[in-house]
Amino acid sequence: MEIRAGSRLKSTVCSTEVIAVKAPDGEIDVRCGGVTMSDPSSPNMGNGAPLEEADGGSLMGKRYVSSDETLELLCTKPGAGSLSLGDSLLTIKESKPLPASD
Amino acid sequence: MLLEMSANAFGDRIAIGSRDGSGVSYRDLFENSGRAAKFFRDGISERVSLIDTSSVALPVALFGSAWAGLPFVPLNYRLTEEEIQALAGEISPATAIVNEITRSGVENIAGFKCVSRTEFMSTYQCGDVPDPDWEMDPEQIAILLFTSGTTGAPKAAILRHSHLVSYILGSVEFMGAGEEEATLVSVPPYHIAGMAALCSSVYAGRRIVQLPNFDARQWIDLVIEEQITHAMVVPTMLSRIVEELEKHSGVDLNSLRFLSYGGGRMPRPVIEKALRFLPQTNFVNAYGLTETSSTISVLGPDDHRSALESKDKIIRRRLSSAGQPLPNIEVSIRDEEGKILESGSTGEIWVRGEQVSGEYLEHRTRVTDEGWFPTNDGGFLDPDGYLYVEGRMDDVIIRGGENISPGEIEEVILLHPQIKDVAVVGIPDSDWGEIVVAVVVPSSKAKLDMLEIQEFVRGRLRSSRTPDRVAIVDELPYNETGKLLRRVLRDNLSSSSLDKD
Repeated sequence: MEIRAGSRLKSTVCSTEVIAVKAPDGEIDVRCGGVTMSDPSSPNMGNGAPLEEADGGSLMGKRYVSSDETLELLCTKPGAGSLSLGDSLLTIKESKPLPASD
Repeated sequence: MLLEMSANAFGDRIAIGSRDGSGVSYRDLFENSGRAAKFFRDGISERVSLIDTSSVALPVALFGSAWAGLPFVPLNYRLTEEEIQALAGEISPATAIVNEITRSGVENIAGFKCVSRTEFMSTYQCGDVPDPDWEMDPEQIAILLFTSGTTGAPKAAILRHSHLVSYILGSVEFMGAGEEEATLVSVPPYHIAGMAALCSSVYAGRRIVQLPNFDARQWIDLVIEEQITHAMVVPTMLSRIVEELEKHSGVDLNSLRFLSYGGGRMPRPVIEKALRFLPQTNFVNAYGLTETSSTISVLGPDDHRSALESKDKIIRRRLSSAGQPLPNIEVSIRDEEGKILESGSTGEIWVRGEQVSGEYLEHRTRVTDEGWFPTNDGGFLDPDGYLYVEGRMDDVIIRGGENISPGEIEEVILLHPQIKDVAVVGIPDSDWGEIVVAVVVPSSKAKLDMLEIQEFVRGRLRSSRTPDRVAIVDELPYNETGKLLRRVLRDNLSSSSLDKD
């Protein structure tokens, strides 16, 4: 599906929810637990189980990026499935906490 | 979005208020914001304004506006009625949260729907909570903030969700704060630091305590009572806090782990004293502008302590710097033609990064095609990448064709033991174009000699930096967020007859 910054996505196999912070143009296949994620309004959410190769889980408040950093997702609800773009797993992008500047 | 995450993860934690149990939890704050969003969506209002001091209603108004998809526009409640009316006219039609004083000025403005804080609170405290049906459109305007306008008419700086989210995600760890942490916010709502503090604290899960009208004694008392761990102040506030600590020895602010400051030039003697009075506190100097979603450069705690203790002049000097740019921010120093200058040369500070907006309502963007925002602040980078900010470019004095930065002279004069505060400005002169005038505030009872001040500067800087005139005053004109009003000072000086040396 086509995704733009601000789009929300839900996992179809676990409780994971994300919001896109950055997304490339055109059709892309964002998966969670190995299965394509869907629009949050579509039914049958969060049932089933992640595939074995993608069951590392997602962490609340972490940012996940593709290897070329064109896709960035913020995890707003954690779950059992791992996030991936097609087959390649996304990795966590660390924030660099300021020494409390405000 | 940020708030919903916190409400889901730590719903019962206190988001705002006292630790005595009367505070509002993240879940309540989230639900209140949802009800407020419903109230704001009246089909007419295009913006939400707040013309009031800080209160528990402020974060509800901020997050409620975002939920409703409307820009939030906090206005300076201390402006005159005419000034507020002019700004209100620009942002109408809007729903405005007002107080008894500000209501009369704006309630007759066409398209302005006024509610008092109490009325607003009663609309959001009960009723059904709407579904979290907010859209996160990164291009939508989150906050409009009128710049302080120290050099001209206030401009409404546009901050879109993309700018704020980039700043928050890049610099704050989600729920990274411990449950005991609390931040004291004493900057007003219409200041970028006030807005940034709300967003950062909510995302970090740090309890917010508000001090609506700054007073040094109350600030100290609150730090102790509420076991405050984090606070942000502007330089004038820190200077008053230090004075208060000097008067009452033995005040222990040991809960205070981080104290950050910004929003104006910090006199070196003030920060040096503060470092000595609060030996266990980590100091952070944060430099940023409204147009850059707050902080872009930081001088951290270790830099403060090592500069204080160092014998090396270069390292000592860093106490006057704004530290190093954040990882997601690029900084360069440019000349008038936009060419990059090498380190050590003074020019205009340009910044680039996702959190940088640089756009204004009804005005054009100031950002270049390559994404650089010229800040109108002058300064330089030292060879290690420390940024020194010398003040607004408009304040540069051109004396006999030579550009002179007031900050450079002010810094030297402040080292004089009998001087509490100083401002250097240029005033028109038939011979030189402009001449350098130092306006000084002596510390109590000190008898100051103009020649002595001129000698003091002459011994430390190039001769063109020696003030042509010196005026002695009881205090300098600051606005309430600690910004020196140079325009006012220049106007006063130009119209009054000064004693020539």
